[in-house]
Amino acid sequence: MSRPLTCAVTGLAATDNPAPGMGVIRALREDPGLDVRIVGLAYDTLDPGIYARSLVDDAFLIPYPSQGLEALERRLTEIHAQVPFDVVIPTLDAELPSFIALQAALRTLGVGSMLPTEEQFGLRSKAHLARLGELTNIDTPATRIIADPSELLTIEEHIDFPLWIKGAFYGAIRARDPHEAIAAYHRMTAQWGLPIIAQANTDGDEIDVVAVGDGEGGMIGAVPMRKRLLTDKGKGWAGIAIKDDAIDEICRRYFEATHWGGPCEIEMVRGPKGSLHLLEINPRFPAWCYLSAGAGMNLPAAVARLAAGEAVEPMTEYRVGTMFVRISLDQIVPLEDFEQMSTLGALHNRSKDPS
Amino acid sequence: MDVPTKLRDLAISETGFLFDPHTGSTFSINETGLVVLEALRDGEDRQTIIARLRDGFEVPGLVDLDRDIDELVHLLRRNALLPDGWSL
Repeated sequence: MSRPLTCAVTGLAATDNPAPGMGVIRALREDPGLDVRIVGLAYDTLDPGIYARSLVDDAFLIPYPSQGLEALERRLTEIHAQVPFDVVIPTLDAELPSFIALQAALRTLGVGSMLPTEEQFGLRSKAHLARLGELTNIDTPATRIIADPSELLTIEEHIDFPLWIKGAFYGAIRARDPHEAIAAYHRMTAQWGLPIIAQANTDGDEIDVVAVGDGEGGMIGAVPMRKRLLTDKGKGWAGIAIKDDAIDEICRRYFEATHWGGPCEIEMVRGPKGSLHLLEINPRFPAWCYLSAGAGMNLPAAVARLAAGEAVEPMTEYRVGTMFVRISLDQIVPLEDFEQMSTLGALHNRSKDPS
Repeated sequence: MDVPTKLRDLAISETGFLFDPHTGSTFSINETGLVVLEALRDGEDRQTIIARLRDGFEVPGLVDLDRDIDELVHLLRRNALLPDGWSL
C-alpha cells in the first residue's frame, strides 16, 4: 500500500531557465510507494507550475525572501492550516537560508525537511570554494573574491585570462581581459549584488551530478549527467546519465567531509587529461533532477522520505545512458484559475478537497 | 593484449551505435569498423583482426587493411576511447 504524503515544493517557475520544482514534483509522483499530494509554493501568479493541474494539487503564493523570515513563517503557517503538508522541499538558492532558519518552527507544525545546516550552506558558497577544496581534497580552480572592481586590473597576478566573473547565487560571464572583467563585475553586481567571484577558466567537459547526502557523512545516491544540448543561456536542454568511478569518489568525499544533508548539484569539469576539478556546489536539486527518477534512482522521493523521518538505504544502481530532452508546452489556463491565484493567492485542484 | 578501460566499458549496439558511459559521448560506426572494434575489445592482435575482416567481408586486393585499422585506431584515440599513444 502506498504511503500518503503531502509534500510542499517551491520553484514552480518552469521557464526556459527552469526552477527545479517541476522536476522534483514529477519524480515524487513516480514513486510507487508514495501516494503524494503536492502543494506548490510559488512566488508569482504566472509561475507555470501553478497551472500544471495534473502535477500540482494545491498552489499558494508565498512572499519573496526579501520580505523577511516572519512573513514567510506566517504564510507557511496559514497554508499549513489549509492543507497540512508533511514535508517541504525548497528548491531555490535564494530561499534556502530562510527555510534553514525556519526548520525548527516548521518542525513544531509537524513539517519535516532535509536541508544542510547554515554552516554547510555557507561552506559550499562560491566564495569559499578553495576552502571546500582543501577540506575535501578535491581540486578546485583558482578563485578570488572581488570586493572592488579595481582589483580586476591586477587580477592576472593571481588568475590568468580568460577567467569567469561569477555572482554569489547565479550567473557567470567569461572575460578575456581586465576591461571585460570590470564590465562583467558591474553587470553581475547590478543583477545579483555582492560578493563577486573571479574564477580561473578550466577547459574540458562539464559534468553535473545530482546527489543526496544523509547528513551524517554518507551518500544516499548520485546520478552524474553530461549535457548534450545547451540553451543560449548555457542551460542544459538535453543530457545523458553517465557513470564513472572517479566522479562517484569525488561525490562521496564531498559528503564525507561536509556531512551535507539533503540534495545538491555538484558541478565539475573533466580536463583534457581526464582530471576532475570541482567548479561549484549548488545547494538544492538541479532543474534536471527528474532524470534521476527516469534512470531508476528517484532522489527527490528519497529526500521526501528522509524529510518525513523515514530511513532510506543508499542507492547505487541506475540506468546509465538514460537521457532527458526538455520540451516547452503551452498550458491552457481558464481565466477563473488565474483570477483565484491573483486575488486569493491560492488555487486548488478541483478533484481534491483542499481541507 | 590488455584492453583499455574505456574500450572495455564502451556500450556497443548491433547497429553500430556506441555509447561511452564515462563521458556520455555517442558515436556511429560502420560494419567493418564494428568488426575491428569488437576484435580490439577481445584483445586480438593485428593479424587476427585482419583475418576476421577477410572472413566477414569480401576484401578487394587493393584494399590496405593495415592502413584502415590504423585509421580506426587513430579515430578511437582522437575520441579518447583509446589512451594517447596506444597502438596495435
